[in-house]
Order: sequence, then C-alpha cells, then structure tokens
Amino acid sequence: MTTQAAGPAAAAQAGTARPARPARGLRPATREALWGFVFIAPWMIGLLLFTAGPMIASLVMSLTNFDLLHADQTKFVGLDNYIRMWSDPTIAASLIATFKFAILAIPLTMGASLGFALLLNHPGLPAKGPLRALVYMPMMIPLVASTLVWMGFLNTDTGWLNGILRSFGLTGPDWINSEVWIYPALSIMGLWGIGNFMLINIAGLQSVPTELYEAAKIDGAGSWTSFRRITIPLMSPVLLYNLVIILIGTFQYFTQAYVMTNGRGDPNNATLFINLVLYNEGFKFNHMGYAAAIAWLLFAIVLVLTLFLFTFARRRVYYAGGER
Amino acid sequence: MSTAVRHERRFSERGPVAKSYRGYLARASLLMFATVVIGAYLLPLLYMVTSSLQQPSQSTTPGAPVWPALPQTAVYQGQDYPVYRVPFDGGTRNLILIDKGREESTFVDPTDPAQTPIPWTGHWRTLEQAWTFAPQVDNFTVAWNQLNFPMLLRNTFAIAALSTLGAVLSSTVVAYGFARFRFPGKNALFVVLIATIILPFQVTLLPTYVMFTWLGWNGTWLPLIIPHCFANAYNVFLLRQYFMSIPRELDEAAMIDGAGPFRILRSVIVPQSLAAITAVSLFHFFFAWNDFFVPLLYLAGKPELQPVSIALQQYNALYATQPTLIQASALMTMVVPIVVFLLAQKAFMRGVVITGVEK
Repeated sequence: MTTQAAGPAAAAQAGTARPARPARGLRPATREALWGFVFIAPWMIGLLLFTAGPMIASLVMSLTNFDLLHADQTKFVGLDNYIRMWSDPTIAASLIATFKFAILAIPLTMGASLGFALLLNHPGLPAKGPLRALVYMPMMIPLVASTLVWMGFLNTDTGWLNGILRSFGLTGPDWINSEVWIYPALSIMGLWGIGNFMLINIAGLQSVPTELYEAAKIDGAGSWTSFRRITIPLMSPVLLYNLVIILIGTFQYFTQAYVMTNGRGDPNNATLFINLVLYNEGFKFNHMGYAAAIAWLLFAIVLVLTLFLFTFARRRVYYAGGER
Repeated sequence: MSTAVRHERRFSERGPVAKSYRGYLARASLLMFATVVIGAYLLPLLYMVTSSLQQPSQSTTPGAPVWPALPQTAVYQGQDYPVYRVPFDGGTRNLILIDKGREESTFVDPTDPAQTPIPWTGHWRTLEQAWTFAPQVDNFTVAWNQLNFPMLLRNTFAIAALSTLGAVLSSTVVAYGFARFRFPGKNALFVVLIATIILPFQVTLLPTYVMFTWLGWNGTWLPLIIPHCFANAYNVFLLRQYFMSIPRELDEAAMIDGAGPFRILRSVIVPQSLAAITAVSLFHFFFAWNDFFVPLLYLAGKPELQPVSIALQQYNALYATQPTLIQASALMTMVVPIVVFLLAQKAFMRGVVITGVEK
C-alpha cells in the first residue's frame, strides 16, 4: 500500500481534520517539521481553545462585572474585584480554612506515602504486589462514594472510629461537626488518595543504588543514619515532585467538602475552601467576574508556593545527573 | 562517612539454621504488621459493607452487634416472643421471654421440646437481647431503584467511554508527533505541555463555561467529552516516553516499504505500545467515571443525563438520614472501578510510575 492510500484512513481514525499534505518538493527536514506540526496539531488547537484563550478571557473577565444572566450589562470595573477580595470576609475565611487544612494534610500525606513506600518496598516483605494494589485501590473509588463512607465511619455516635476509641475508654471527638476536628477528619480521609505518591516513592526508593547502603553499612551507619543521609537526599527530587502535586491538589480541594456539607462550608465556614467560594460566587451567585478574580488569586498562590518550593529545592534537592 | 563506627552483630553472622529461622520469623512478622496496617487503612470499606447490610435502626440501638443482625425472636404457643441472653450460674443461655416481670420473669428454652417454663429472678430490662445474623439485601434493591441505577451506569459508561476514545486517540497522535519528529520550538512546546499540569483548571473554568453555555452545550454531555479530544499532558507524556523506547529501525523499515507517517503510527507504533495505550485508556476511563466537578457544573439539573457521582451526591443530600441506603449506594458505585482495577492493577501501577518518575 502506498502513503496516499493509508493517509486518509489513518487521519479519519485519528479524529483530526486531514491537513494539507506537505508538498513533495520540500527538503526532508522541512517535511519532517511539517509532519511534526500536523501530529501535535490536536494539542495545539486544544491549547488555544481550552487553555490559552480561556486564560486571557478569564483575566479580562476578572476586570469586569460579568454575569452570564446579564451579559449585556457587562462593564469594565478595573481592579475592583481584586480590591474587593481584600475586604471580603468569605475570602479571608476560605484562605484560613485552606491553610489550616494544608498544614495538617500535606505533611500527613507526604509522611504516609513515604511510610507505606518504605514498608511495601522492604526486601523482607512477601506479597508486595498485592499489598501495594490494596493501598492503591481506594484511588479508584469515586470521591463522592469514599466521602460518604468516611462520613459514616467518622460519625460521632454510630461511626466505627469513635466506637474503637470507646472500647479503649476514650471519648472520640465530633469529627465532622467540629470546626477543629474537621481538619484532622479531612486529612485522614485524604489518606485514601496516596496511591500515586506511594508508587512514585517506591520507584524512587528502587532507584537508590544499593552499593551506597552497603558502603554505609561498612562505615558503620545504622538504618536511621542510612535513611537520613542516603535515602532522603537521593529521594529528594521525587519527594519534591509529590509535594508540588499535593500542594496543587490541596488548593483545589472541592469534592469532599462539597459532598459533606452540600456546598455550605459547615461547620461555621471551616470547610469553605477557596475553590468552594469560587464555585459559589461563579455558579450560584452568578458573580462571574469576581469568581474569575478568585481563580487568579488561587493561581497566584499556587504559583508562588511552587516557585518557592523550586527555589528552595535548588539548594536542597540532589539531582543524580547534576544540575537540571 | 564520618559517622561513629558501630559494630553490630547481625543475624546473618549466626550460622545457617538460625539465619533461615530468624529470616522466616522476620518475614512473617513483617507481613503481619503490613496486613494490620493495611487492614486499618481499609477498615472504612468493611464499615460500608456491614452498614449497607443492616436495618436502619440497628446502628442507633444500644447493645446491637457490629455485624448485620436483627433481634432474635422465637415462636411459643403460636406467638412470636423476643429472645434474651439470660445469665445463670452455669453460664448465659438464649431463652424466650414469655412473661415479663420486674422481680421475676419466666422464660422458655427454644430447644426444649417440652417447653418447660424457667423462672429467673431480676428485672428483665437489665437483660441483653439476643441477635441473629440477618443481612438486609433489600437495601441494595431499594437504593438501586430509587437511584435508577441502570440509567446512571449507562450514562457514566457512555460519558467515560466517549471521552476516553477522544483522549486516547488525540494523545496517541500528539505523543507520536513529540516522539518522532524534529520541528522548530519542539522543546519549548513540550515544556508548555508539561506546564499545563501545574495550571489550576479554575483559571480557564469560567470562560469555558460561558463558551459552552453560549454554544448551547450546557445540560449536554458535550462539555464532558469534547475538551478531552485535544490530548492532555499526562497521557501525552506517558505515551511519548513509551514511543521513544521503540527502535527507530522499525519505522525506517516501514518507510522503505513505502509507509507514510500515519501508516507507521498505525502499523508500527500503536501495535508496539498496546500496554501503554491500555494504561492510558484505563486511567482516563476512571478519571471520567469518577469526575465530579465538571458534571456538577453542566448536569446538576439534568437527572436523566447524570453520571453516578452526581446522582449519588444528590441522593445523599436527600437521604442522609438513612445511612444504610447511603452505604449501599456507595458500595454499588465503587464496584465497577474496583473490580476493573484489581483485574488490571499491573498496567495501572506501571503507568503511574512512568508519568511520575521519569519527568
């Protein structure tokens, strides 16, 4: 079969519009480049339609009082939306809630995913594959379902966690309805999302050369010293990657909080995370210009924290292949 | 290393018999420890299964067992009577309470054919009820019908399958472009592609919503499917990694036979990468299956088009007071993803490692 015969069928199968065939007389390098652009075209079109275009539109929208129901009354309001955020108690409450949650949930997620990785990568442990699959499994559960399960499990009176505490003579807290205990509750729930981080940590652990451990052992290093001086430094790029992804996820936290309180942010605005405020402003109250400004605030926070982590990392993270 | 030298006797120095015995013991205790930790980690699932099989009143009844159970009753002279756990000197017996009294009650042993009345001194209210194992499978039937589960499964499956088809086809083509062709700005474009992972979707959310609403797509499946047909960073990254490991000689051999780029993709690259394509398809399918935010935006008011996650949330908002039904419906929602995952866990977990580590 010739190229002519295969081309249209493959193009149709790939679901892309068939582009103009690169002309025959071109130099091979030009031809190759044209084909390259043909193949990445779906992504570039998507980038323009669903990322770059909407980003610009959202920036513009954040400078207006746009609202979908009264689009004809849209006015340019300058930085009003951003100024309004400063004095909006809901924004302040949501930032406090998000930070409170992040301070608890991020270390717990990082620690638990590293702990599980160390345990499930231990050379003496049999049946590693099935055990890893079991720890990963909750990742597959729809968040709505897992949230409902945890809400039952953590219920003050009928939940099992307080039941277990009771059997030890302890009185468990009111996990879901207390504005203090809700953060530990959500952090514990978040442990069901560590599957990816654990697997990435395991791969990181496996990439540490065993000779280093042997050399350290000969030098008389105990397992804690080896862990601190070899494992952690060599794992640091992987840990940084996980930290960035967890951070981004924490600032986009939504589904669990929405399911627990039907979007109200109970108790006493403790779960009114920034993404929930954005949803309420944009889609419930129809303040779309304001919601766009909140989205940019969220992006700015995530970007600053990520850049901070990478700057910090340049000094502290060890890359085996030299500086990246 | 400047750490103080410590000489530790390790069990490997202790002779072969002790070594194998201790090694076995160490492995067994490690396995036991891991099992206990993972058991605790997954305990809420056991809570879900037991709750979903209980009668609504059981969890709030004092003295009720953890497992799904009903108060035990027995027939005495043609009538139902409750069974109680009655303490005697010789131990506790399960007896039918036929005559309640504050100081003395009368019981009958259900296994006694003569049904001789047994007197017992004490207030009957201090006694514990006997429970009998009785799973309430009805909870599932009720939740299945109230939620209209067959329709939800159909919707969820159709949305997930269509968006997976679009995502996998487009990502394969784009990954092929990045893996096999040299073009100006390629590295910069690849960095842009990876950077889109860090971009919070909220930044593009509102204009996209407005655009879809003006197109008349609000309240349809299109906003859940079309945006995925333009490749995404995770999938492209994973597939490109895989494509680059396929020897270029295979491409060249096909090219000599007269194959063009599309034909090489179809008959060389794709058949060689079925494992990676399967992993990407599974990831995307269950991402779409479990997605909540986007369906909530576009389908909250369209019960007949909703996927299962939205319907489950709305069901909970209505029936939160009936935890047994909620747990039954949560269980039904997770059966498909969990079963498919357990069948294909190797492909899943390898895909995670490729995208996560090699970046």
